[in-house]
Amino acid sequence: MTAAIAAPGRGALHVFAYHLIGYRRTWWGTAFSSFLLPLIYLAGIGLGVGGYVDRGHQLGVDYLSFLAPGVLAATGLSIAIDESMYRVYSQFAWDRTYEGMLNTPLRIVDIVLGQLAFVVFRALVAVTVFLLVMAAFGTVHSGWAVGVLPTAMLLALACAAPTFAFTATQHTDSSFAVLTRFVVIPVQLFSGVFFPIAQLPAGVRVLAWLSPLWHGVEVCRSLTLGTPRWWPVLGHLGYLALWAAVGLVLAHRAFRRRLVV
Amino acid sequence: MRMIGCVSPPSAGSLHILGLDAATHGPAIRSRLGVVPQQDSLDVELSLAENLTVYARYFGIPRQVARDRAAELLKFVQLADRADSKVEPLSGGMKRRLTIARALVNEPDLVLLDEPTTGLDPQARHLVWERLYRLKQRGVTLVLTTHYMDEAEQLCDRLVVMDAGRIVAEGSPSQLIARYSSREVVELRFGLDDLAGPAGAELVKALEPLADRIEALPDRLLLYTDDGDAATAAVAARSIEPTSVLVRRSTLEDVFLHLTGRTLVD
Repeated sequence: MTAAIAAPGRGALHVFAYHLIGYRRTWWGTAFSSFLLPLIYLAGIGLGVGGYVDRGHQLGVDYLSFLAPGVLAATGLSIAIDESMYRVYSQFAWDRTYEGMLNTPLRIVDIVLGQLAFVVFRALVAVTVFLLVMAAFGTVHSGWAVGVLPTAMLLALACAAPTFAFTATQHTDSSFAVLTRFVVIPVQLFSGVFFPIAQLPAGVRVLAWLSPLWHGVEVCRSLTLGTPRWWPVLGHLGYLALWAAVGLVLAHRAFRRRLVV
Repeated sequence: MRMIGCVSPPSAGSLHILGLDAATHGPAIRSRLGVVPQQDSLDVELSLAENLTVYARYFGIPRQVARDRAAELLKFVQLADRADSKVEPLSGGMKRRLTIARALVNEPDLVLLDEPTTGLDPQARHLVWERLYRLKQRGVTLVLTTHYMDEAEQLCDRLVVMDAGRIVAEGSPSQLIARYSSREVVELRFGLDDLAGPAGAELVKALEPLADRIEALPDRLLLYTDDGDAATAAVAARSIEPTSVLVRRSTLEDVFLHLTGRTLVD
């Protein structure tokens, strides 16, 4: 099984292309909302809340510059998870398109990798727009900031792959709302997006360390502030890569169970 | 069906399709199969033509060839005028035809059809049958499962009757009828409540010499015989007066019911 993951064929490319065709119809709407969302965040919370926070001079940087890379990473996560729930579920349960794909030379690994590549691409489009808005707000302080794009892609993969695995085990769509409310939202609140996790009690801080989002936020923030330190960055990226790798294996196994046996 | 389609591994024994081992050559076999699954698995958001071209790409067919084939196949299933509309609003019969077109996009050597016309109206069924018959004429091997005996009679050169996962009979439709039924069937109704009960038993006894076999159902008696008209005349000669008489040819349905029984299998 791992060998199959190591050697994806051209099939994954065809699956990626298939998802792009569907995206062609909706890309304008999603691009617009991925432009609007950072605008609202940066203008509303960044400038509004930031005005208060900056009076305390606790962060070492202005609040807007602190917040923006955090929300950028969180956007990568939320797109990755959104695209891995209903969209994946409907292809199992409602449209049954996976079944159609399996009647061709495509293999499970092609289906999983091709669609994950699409999810990562979706996240890339959104964070690219976000980065441009950030630049317009003067919150990009270094050329290193370009590095947030591959970082957000890795973060998206680290979140999407295990969610694919989860979705493949679901036989109703009722758990997705629960996942959003009790996993995605708390993770976004306690992963250092809005405030440094040093604020958290020690027990909760451990949860932040476990969350892939915190690692993504730390890297993105150090890059847009222009203060990356290499060993921590590599450590964070390594942790995300671990999530991605384990997620891929789990997703492959779950798809196999659902579709083949 | 999933095993022959090389989606699920064989649960026991060995399976060879088109001369290849299903356990080891899944993708190679699938590249030469066309599959019409029981439930359509079309992308309802895409257009008809896109459904075909995307599917063709999964087989590694070049874009231009895929486009040409899509146009040709849409014509074949009489959907050419809808090529650029979405799948969503299509009727069941149209979706079925599109699924059949999709199964042909790789010019398969073998087409698997799982209940291809279940749920379709008569017009749509006949159109599907006619197209499938044309494929057969072109030399494409069709393997189909169906509960409709008229469908099997229309399309199959050779058929097997399965009961609870076992083959109970095998042959051409006419062979099976000759072997397991009579040439004709006379259906007699008597306006009695329960012909399968004691009242019917008497009638059966009286009619027994007139047919090869008699089957008593709650609402009618079936006389299996080679000459229905002669049997009807003989019934009248014995001054037995049914409320209605129907003489018909024996069908595969009679064979199927005879072989697998009339009890409901759920």
